[in-house]
Amino acid sequence: MAAIYSLYIINKSGGLIFYKDYGSKGRMDTNDSLRVASLWHSMHAISQQLSPTTGCSGIELLEADTFDLHCFQSLTGTKFFVVCEPGTQHMEALLKAIYELYTDYVLKNPFYEMEMPIRCELFDINLTQAIQKDRVVLLGR
Amino acid sequence: MIGVGKIKQYSNVLDKPLSKGKQEVSLSAFAFLFSELVQYNQTQVDNIAELERRLEDAGYAVGARVLELLCHRDKGNRRETRLLGILSFVHSTVWKVLFGKVADSLEKGTEHEDEYMISEKELLVNKFISIPKDMGTFNCGAFVAGIVRGVLDSAGFPAVVTAHFVPMEGQQRPRTTILIKFAEEVLQREARLG
Repeated sequence: MAAIYSLYIINKSGGLIFYKDYGSKGRMDTNDSLRVASLWHSMHAISQQLSPTTGCSGIELLEADTFDLHCFQSLTGTKFFVVCEPGTQHMEALLKAIYELYTDYVLKNPFYEMEMPIRCELFDINLTQAIQKDRVVLLGR
Repeated sequence: MIGVGKIKQYSNVLDKPLSKGKQEVSLSAFAFLFSELVQYNQTQVDNIAELERRLEDAGYAVGARVLELLCHRDKGNRRETRLLGILSFVHSTVWKVLFGKVADSLEKGTEHEDEYMISEKELLVNKFISIPKDMGTFNCGAFVAGIVRGVLDSAGFPAVVTAHFVPMEGQQRPRTTILIKFAEEVLQREARLG
């Protein structure tokens, strides 16, 4: 069964504002997850510069031997990325769905401060539901 | 049947009846506006009770206007004069105009004669709002409580209205209850009217 290992959301300056891991594989402590977030932010920026064609928006998919990393960048520079088992399908759609939840339950929440870590109960609840739904879809295949 | 339902052509734009306009607004637009309202008021206060009061006052102005508008539009310039009449007016007519649906329930308080409760599983203004843990029992439904108070007060039913979270069994999210406590004179008048 294909599985999602973890989910990261980083703000436009590369700070980690949300991290969640699913299952025991690829679990990281707080320092490591912060490091991965800022590393990815820099790599993403460098990839834009390195691209031989103009208008490159950065890495969308990184395929490694043991994991895939799918990244989605919103218009405001907030990046969402999931680390999952190699070959997991439909991650773009999941990232879009997570982005939608972010705009609804984080940005419309008057108690959320921009660019700060996300602590919104409704976002957590709906995110869990979205990931579970995605798992059910994957299992059904 | 050809021609049935065809809109009558008016040569003069002034002869056209006024359109009723769109009855709905974008939920996102409202949510952002409401979020700004809360954020602005947060900068103006230094404690939570004060924030609650300010939101309630903002709602009060809406309520007073809504009553005026609905009495004119729906009731031919008449308004409810009895307690149960005005409560069901708030529960159904006002709720439908503001939130597009009738409120989930209207109950009489069990402990006190002068208390009534309007409950809503998911209050529209709270749809996207998560209250931080350090704010305790604060509820943005205070704005809706203010609307209810505005309607009741302007209709001649002074009351104290508050919004509370009530945990539900088997539900992850608590529901919001708008608690209405009428002034003594209202109940005395009701008793006189029989």
